[in-house]
Amino acid sequence: MTNTKTIPVAEDLFTWPSDDPRLIGSQCADCGLVAFPAADLCARCGSGKTDRRTLANEGTLWTFTTQGFRPPTPPYNGNDTAETFQPYTVGYVELADGLLVEARLTEPDPEALTIGQRMRMVVLPYSVADDGTQILTFAFAPAGAVAEEA
Amino acid sequence: MEAVIIGVGLHPFGRFPGKSAIDMGAEAVRLALADAGVTWPQVQGGYVGSLEVSNPDAIVDRLGLTGIPLRGVFNGCATAGTAVSLAARAIETGEHDLTIAIGMDKHPRGAFAADPSVAGLPDWYAQTGMMLTTHFFGMKINRYMHDHGITERTLARVAAKNFRNASGNEKAWRRQALTEEEILASPVLNYPLRQFMYCGPDEGAAAVVLCRADQAHKYTSTPVRVRASVLRSRRLGAFEVQSLAVPTVENAPSPTVDASLAAYEAAGIGPEDVQIAQLQDTDAGSEIIHMAENGLCKDGEQERLIAEGATEPGGRLPVNTDGGLIGNGEPIGASGLRQIHEVVHQLRGTAGARQVPGSPRVGYTHLYGMPGVSAVTILST
Repeated sequence: MTNTKTIPVAEDLFTWPSDDPRLIGSQCADCGLVAFPAADLCARCGSGKTDRRTLANEGTLWTFTTQGFRPPTPPYNGNDTAETFQPYTVGYVELADGLLVEARLTEPDPEALTIGQRMRMVVLPYSVADDGTQILTFAFAPAGAVAEEA
Repeated sequence: MEAVIIGVGLHPFGRFPGKSAIDMGAEAVRLALADAGVTWPQVQGGYVGSLEVSNPDAIVDRLGLTGIPLRGVFNGCATAGTAVSLAARAIETGEHDLTIAIGMDKHPRGAFAADPSVAGLPDWYAQTGMMLTTHFFGMKINRYMHDHGITERTLARVAAKNFRNASGNEKAWRRQALTEEEILASPVLNYPLRQFMYCGPDEGAAAVVLCRADQAHKYTSTPVRVRASVLRSRRLGAFEVQSLAVPTVENAPSPTVDASLAAYEAAGIGPEDVQIAQLQDTDAGSEIIHMAENGLCKDGEQERLIAEGATEPGGRLPVNTDGGLIGNGEPIGASGLRQIHEVVHQLRGTAGARQVPGSPRVGYTHLYGMPGVSAVTILST
């Protein structure tokens, strides 16, 4: 029987397990600045009083690019090899919370992406540990694609 | 008291198996001292920068153990800007009469990979394949092209120009001229940027000797004045390399814009006065963006200016006449001193086959890099 366990790549990054996963950011209790990942110190006013806050799970694509070769390991820890590597894309998605968030995108073809299009947050495996546990990260998918799969 | 440059020295950039960064640095220093007509014991203090050499001040072993303060500096790709700025400042404040700025590096092949913690970044960012500086350059120019109508052809024109300029520079690394078609046929590394639109990390060294302006006549008839040397870090809201998120409720330009404006003000010189520029061309897109961020044109004007040849060696504003980073590669500690080496020769009229017409009197150098830091110097005759 195969291992069906999953584990997020980091704690305090996105809500999991969840049917409606959200990125976990923070908001300054003094000046209101929203940050991601969650920060204990406000980058605007320096306050040490911040509260956890989940972020919008939809936004618009602000920019994007491709990764055409396997990144060096370490630090990259995908379980692919130079031969099995599949090019991927990354981008910044503008959220109504007042920030751009950098993320991997699910659409690998840059010609299929358009600045300004709606994107929706998803959680997906990007690697597999030695014991078969899938390692999860967050990503953004074209909003239409998520609806079609649902 | 104003600081002036009286000597420049450059070890070639490229790959030099078996030769240490410190040995390259020592060669660059000896060239700069000879150019200035001074000897090492006359140097009263200096600043030395490197990424790969953890004790760059160990170079004194190759130069002379004179006991001077030789301070190590590092600001990523802007390291050389800090070295020359502090070497000038030591003269301006009266601490020393004659100083040196040194940069040297010897990087392994390939993109810079590092432990994310040394850059203040979380492990997951690197583990999931997002901590690559090249992503930023692809994403920034992608958005810039979308907003300002810059085409892929213009990216290729910039890269072709810099390879062409490097082909006439005996100290450059990539000296084979490439056509725009060859550049556009190379693989996409980070959309829309292709392989031959990027610089690569390599090896090399450079040094600059400075002295008090009122003593320059003892050494040279062609001193080059350091009119401004400015470093700025990123402000909240700027779209910067390796930002996990960027607040949109705050608006700030790149630190390049901040450094540039402060440098123009300090120099009492405006962008319209600049006659030759060396701009950080980590990639062809960066050179295009940096033309506007340094005030040398408006956003979007690059499309026409570059097509007209304005940034060619014979154009209205020659940019990266020695091949820039694309043609020379980037030994991080030395890169900005290479820029100053080129501008000093152009202002003196001693750039040889690369000499631009019109006897330029004002030159400009610019660096940008991790973690959102920029250095600008303005030089004049």
